[in-house]
Amino acid sequence: MSLEPIALEGSRLAANVPAQHRVVDADQWTAAARQLHDAGARLLTLWGADDRDRDGVFRVFAAYLLPGRALVLELALAAGDPTYPSLEPWFPAASRLQRATRDLLGLGAGEGDTRPWLRHGGWPEDRFPLRRDVSAETHVPGVPGPYPFVRVNGDGVHEIPVGPIHAGTIEPGHFRFSVVGEKVLRLEERLGYTHKGVAKRFEALPLLEGHRLAARVCGDSAVAFSWAYCAALEAATGATVAPRATCLRALALERERIANHLGDLGALGNDAGLAFGLSQFSAIKERMLRLNQNVFGQRYLMDYIVPGGVRSDVGPRLVRPLLDEATDVERDVVALKAIYDEHAGLQDRFKGTGQLAPLTAKAMGALGLAGRASGIDLDLRVAMPWAPYGDLRPHGVLSMDGDVAARVQVRFDEVMESLRLNRLLLEQLPHGATSVSIPALGSRTTGLGLIEGWRGPVMVALEAEVPSVIRRCHVHDPSWQNWPLIEHAVTGNIVPDFPLINKSFNLAYSGHDG
Amino acid sequence: MLNIINRIRGIGILSEALPGSDTDEPRLRDIHERLHRVFGRALRIRHVDAGSCNGCELEIQALTNPYYNLEGMGIAFVASPRHADILLVTGPVSVNMEEALKRAYQAMPHPKWVVAVGDCGACGGIFGTGYASRGPVSSVVPVDASVQGCPPSPLSLLEGLLHVTRQPAQHGS
Ligand code: SF4
Repeated sequence: MSLEPIALEGSRLAANVPAQHRVVDADQWTAAARQLHDAGARLLTLWGADDRDRDGVFRVFAAYLLPGRALVLELALAAGDPTYPSLEPWFPAASRLQRATRDLLGLGAGEGDTRPWLRHGGWPEDRFPLRRDVSAETHVPGVPGPYPFVRVNGDGVHEIPVGPIHAGTIEPGHFRFSVVGEKVLRLEERLGYTHKGVAKRFEALPLLEGHRLAARVCGDSAVAFSWAYCAALEAATGATVAPRATCLRALALERERIANHLGDLGALGNDAGLAFGLSQFSAIKERMLRLNQNVFGQRYLMDYIVPGGVRSDVGPRLVRPLLDEATDVERDVVALKAIYDEHAGLQDRFKGTGQLAPLTAKAMGALGLAGRASGIDLDLRVAMPWAPYGDLRPHGVLSMDGDVAARVQVRFDEVMESLRLNRLLLEQLPHGATSVSIPALGSRTTGLGLIEGWRGPVMVALEAEVPSVIRRCHVHDPSWQNWPLIEHAVTGNIVPDFPLINKSFNLAYSGHDG
Repeated sequence: MLNIINRIRGIGILSEALPGSDTDEPRLRDIHERLHRVFGRALRIRHVDAGSCNGCELEIQALTNPYYNLEGMGIAFVASPRHADILLVTGPVSVNMEEALKRAYQAMPHPKWVVAVGDCGACGGIFGTGYASRGPVSSVVPVDASVQGCPPSPLSLLEGLLHVTRQPAQHGS
């Protein structure tokens, strides 16, 4: 098959960042994948939709990140034979996304790994829950069967199964280690344990309430997801959010980033044997959460971002405590960083552990924080700044080392940068409204929201229908790209280092499972 | 080393009094006595995320920070359900976690309590029930108490823990 090159352009897609949309046929779908791969683009996400009620077809969509813009390709699939060419040969991240799309909609990617991913046998194999003719409420039990993990054979090789319930207060997932002695030869992840059917749930919600569910796709990234949802909704309906509201949203997003990074920095110290780090960092984080409660009315900003703006204003009386806090946090973090840097035992555990080489990171399509620790210079706040990041001009953070130490370093640097952005936002908070009303929907419409959360790019693709209902909503967490990285980073390390390596990525389970 | 010690000294002790300790002295003393009688200051919790969004986990983790200092009260998290007195369950129970939750529950020795955490654990929350969600924890294992909130604050969680130990525990037959 010879594939004609296609133009990697499309019509404008309503979004908070520069984005385009193009309808392709199956050959163009494949040709585009090859061209996009060669051009260094990244596959952000892939999802499907059941449009048989509208025009008799299924659809599959692929969203790519190019320099300075996003591109969404759309391919229609015949209802009788809903298959499409796999993107896995060019983009390894496609594999699990395609498996999930098969589990939910029955759309097949022809080749590659065909094991189920989100369906663990909890519902029947031939029942595709995201199809429109499948009821949202009924639970039809399936027959759980064994999951065929890839076996490693050889002298002295044995398997260690871990999970889904883990030792600490963390989310569930399964890790299958093949080891010789203490050394990990291979790690295979099995996720999907927290799959709750979020996409189906969206379709039962009014358009103006979807942000509440979006915030709860991944509770530690509530601001990023709810902003992405609202951005998609506002783009789709043509609403323009006032500058004061966008600044307050950014303030919330940067606070979410700082709080999560502080939590991780403490936990990483603890996992490497320095419990002092955990108590110190968790105390700073706790003080931030308490200030959140005073300023925003919530410790975690689950419902602060609402369609059209933010729920409440930050009055002049509250700006001073926020600025003072930034000074305190900065002072504490600088002092703790000096302690971490000079602690020989800690550095011994951090350096060279869980190495993810920049070349592997690039080939695997690594995103966000973990990518930036392995030389992938991509931060959407810098690369395609949406309001107010264009004015803020954030500095990107980068390391080439790819080990636990690099992921610690990137967190320290990003905390400092977010504190700087916070100060800028607070000092130059524009006057004006904190929310606008969302115009009524005239016809079926789509929108895209793309936000750099603390883990990396979070995306919401929204299709809205009159009268003000969600027809389809796809949410994406960068953990989809980054989970497979851990399988690489842990190879050759010893089993006892796994918790530390895993924590240094700190990927989402719920955000991934959906 | 010296700078670590200096920092610890400089910050001092942040831990706060138990909820309600200055308003509700007799109640608290009663809880303490009961806790002591049953557990001898050794209440052990096994947490299971049965499908949560991870919001509830953040607040459960916060219980161990210096402000709430759960361990200072003789309450600690354990890795095995076999060592636990309380099963602290978050999330609407996803269909994919149903079996694991049941097994963790069954592995616990008697007497035991189950606490459902968050709006999701208590009633299914925003996720409700569906093809992949069984909804509240009580639809899968017997629940003794629930702590509402989305996520519930560490203080509500503490109150919930102290509250449940005043109730009769689940005994084996
Ligand atoms: S109660 Fe709220 S925070 Fe807890 S799991 Fe449910 S949605 Fe998440």
